[in-house]
Amino acid sequence: MAFSSVASAALQGLGVELIHVEADVSNGLPMFHMVGYLSSEVREASERVRTAIHNAGLSFPPKKTVINLSPATVKKRGPSFDLPIAMSVLLSVGSIPEHSLDGTIVVGELSLNGCVRMVKGVLPIVMRAKEAGYHTCILPKENTAEGALVKGIRIIGGASLKELCDHLNKVKEIPPAAYEEGMYCGDPPGSNLPDFSDIGGQEAVKRASEVAVAGGHNLLLMGPPGSGKSMLASRISTILPPLSKEESMEITKIYSVLGMVKRDRPLITGRPFRSIHHTATKAALIGGGAVPVPGEISLAHGGVLFMDELAEFQKSVIEVLRQPLEERQVCLTRSHGSYVFPANFILVAAMNPCPCGNYPDMEKCSCSETQIRQYLGRISQPFLDRMDICIETPRVGYEALNRKEKGETSAEIRARVIKARAVQNRRYQGTGIFSNSMLGVKELEEYCGLDREGEALMKRAFTALGLTARTYHKILKVARTIADLDGKERIASGHLKEAIGYRTIDKKYWGR
Amino acid sequence: MLYEYWFAGVKPLSDTKKKKLRKIFGSGKEIFYTEEKKLENTGILTKQDMETLKRAKKEKNLEESWHNMEKQKLRFVPCFAREYPEKLKEIHDFPYALYVKGSLPRPDERVAAIVGARRCTAYGEAMALEYGEKLAGAGVAVISGMARGIDGAGHRGALNAGGHTYAVLGCGTDICYPRENIGLYMDIQKKGGVFSEQRPGEPPLPFYFPQRNRIISGLADIILVMEAKEKSGSLITADLGLEQGKDIYALPGPVTSPSSQGCHRLIGQGAGILLSPEDLLKELDIHAAQMCLNDNKEKKVLETLENMVYSCLDLFPKGVEELAACTSIRPRELLQVLTTLEIEGLIKEVSKNYYIKVRK
Repeated sequence: MAFSSVASAALQGLGVELIHVEADVSNGLPMFHMVGYLSSEVREASERVRTAIHNAGLSFPPKKTVINLSPATVKKRGPSFDLPIAMSVLLSVGSIPEHSLDGTIVVGELSLNGCVRMVKGVLPIVMRAKEAGYHTCILPKENTAEGALVKGIRIIGGASLKELCDHLNKVKEIPPAAYEEGMYCGDPPGSNLPDFSDIGGQEAVKRASEVAVAGGHNLLLMGPPGSGKSMLASRISTILPPLSKEESMEITKIYSVLGMVKRDRPLITGRPFRSIHHTATKAALIGGGAVPVPGEISLAHGGVLFMDELAEFQKSVIEVLRQPLEERQVCLTRSHGSYVFPANFILVAAMNPCPCGNYPDMEKCSCSETQIRQYLGRISQPFLDRMDICIETPRVGYEALNRKEKGETSAEIRARVIKARAVQNRRYQGTGIFSNSMLGVKELEEYCGLDREGEALMKRAFTALGLTARTYHKILKVARTIADLDGKERIASGHLKEAIGYRTIDKKYWGR
Repeated sequence: MLYEYWFAGVKPLSDTKKKKLRKIFGSGKEIFYTEEKKLENTGILTKQDMETLKRAKKEKNLEESWHNMEKQKLRFVPCFAREYPEKLKEIHDFPYALYVKGSLPRPDERVAAIVGARRCTAYGEAMALEYGEKLAGAGVAVISGMARGIDGAGHRGALNAGGHTYAVLGCGTDICYPRENIGLYMDIQKKGGVFSEQRPGEPPLPFYFPQRNRIISGLADIILVMEAKEKSGSLITADLGLEQGKDIYALPGPVTSPSSQGCHRLIGQGAGILLSPEDLLKELDIHAAQMCLNDNKEKKVLETLENMVYSCLDLFPKGVEELAACTSIRPRELLQVLTTLEIEGLIKEVSKNYYIKVRK
């Protein structure tokens, strides 16, 4: 048979485009020609494929070979087309039986010795293949576990080209990868993880973290250097509620596209905690590239994004976070199309109140008022307004460090968080809202109604504390979470007062 | 008057020389048109001064600057004008002219200077505010430099009490420096005046500030130093005031606080000690009847928890954790209590979760 076609797939952001690899081997001057809007790494496949077929001990006839990757409107990138190209050539020359690759998607990179190497983004490709009605996926052996996360599709993992040929010729069949519940899960929560009980004192901050996690609120920690802001933030992941299966798959998909999943335990079962350095660029944060790949905010999807030394970040880098924080996804637009990456994360940021970090302790603080203003000026008020909870982390005293009794453990706090999340899930069932932080103005009216006492309190607070409409709404949301933690249906004035204590800093009133 | 305005603005020529020249020639116009020889013959002017005068005569946009000044409702008050405060003439190098927005202190008005560090603690600021309020409430005008920190708080206190207050600037009167005090700048003009010895349009140059301090001390009857470090501009004002024979008072603070070191030194050297505004007014022979106007605020009855937290607070900022430690209330309840107190206006959050008492 001179003509053959093999199905494969190309990644486009988080999406997958199905690609048909066509091969035609006919009489003529020996040549290997590839067409179909290819990038240079796909063009290089010709050398790899030819050599790999030879080294696998298979024949590659000296004939005119034309390869076409369709549709030609999609730019093809990456080395994952090596294997489907080789397969289509082998199919054309009859090394593989006709129709043996019908209903099958093939991806994989080839090495010159005929080995199949792992590729990125296997999970979304397999998911898409199943959707499109394919029954089998042929993957690199190292990607088998990842592909097997998708149920209802046969996963064949091949270590080399020869092995796959033998399988298709039914000389020596490869058993399909089996999926078992819990088999491919990531690390179970081990005992060596940091725990909230390690932190002495800081009760107010711990409480604020609990509220933040329970309602999915963004958290801003302010305090002098050495007050344990980073220590606290790194423990926040230990009190996050567990992931549902759908969330797990969604997060794993993002990590898969970036090739960040473990070979043997690909499924991500713990909520991600991403800590980024303040030299991070805009593209690193929200994603980027000619064909965009997800950035840190998408890697933190479903988990926590931690920005230490917030004021040291470039101003423009902080500002790009504003839209994703509001919409919980990021849309990157390029001339050839738009890419949407999920970015529903809890932002935990830490900063000093002034350049030296000791304000308002005037005996230690050596900054002038202008310096303090300039320092805070690096973060815009609209960004500060997006922080639902703001809390001070005081310097830890000797007594707190040497306390005999241990504080609450992460497990205890987590149990309360899970309970509060369950309350929210029940309340917002079918509305597309998962946590209190996602409430819009309209929903606020419905779910955060105040009694007369509460209304009177908010009215007084509004004028006495100079609240804005945005801070007012934030306070309501946080109060809702505090009430949920309390197991109360209605928001009481106590909940409101605590929420007001957590409100974000307003630079207008700072220190004056 | 244009010639007077011209002569007042000749730079660099010392105020003393200007005053002497004007005494001899009688008016600015005369000085402008007098032959150089005659001027030289007075023996007052050096060669350099002659050059300065010559250059000044060629000044092109003099008229424009005069009209600009009038447009901005600025008044030119030279030292021979009737409006020029007599009190200021008592200091030996009184300014040749003042540029005034609003009014100058009346001759019969008692004036107190409230000065102190720009970088001050919440304590110093609160006390400056209180002294400003009490003094102005008793009819004493408050004069200061409209700087950040203590100065501004003193002005604000006087304005709060509806009293008179005057600001002496270290730049042209048409310039608001520091810019964030624009609110004060506008308010002071209505309840007193803003003035400077610098011609309108002069930028705030560092060496203008010590110079203007002599005007503050010169116009004041008493000088209150609220907070000053070991080396502080406020101490210059106090020294100048001492030379001018004014009474100096200083506010004590914790002996460990560097922000109060300068004040303690002054007290050690014999300055009056500020124990309370009432004591001060008594010393000034101003009787309580005048000042008790807004002192009969009803005391709010606080609930026990709130009372406990409130009593733990003072003018030095305290954090939530610290308060939790001294009251043994759980942080979440503590935050509720603090919010209640804050809404009541009894305490203030000066930095995130740091609170101070508000003096009533």
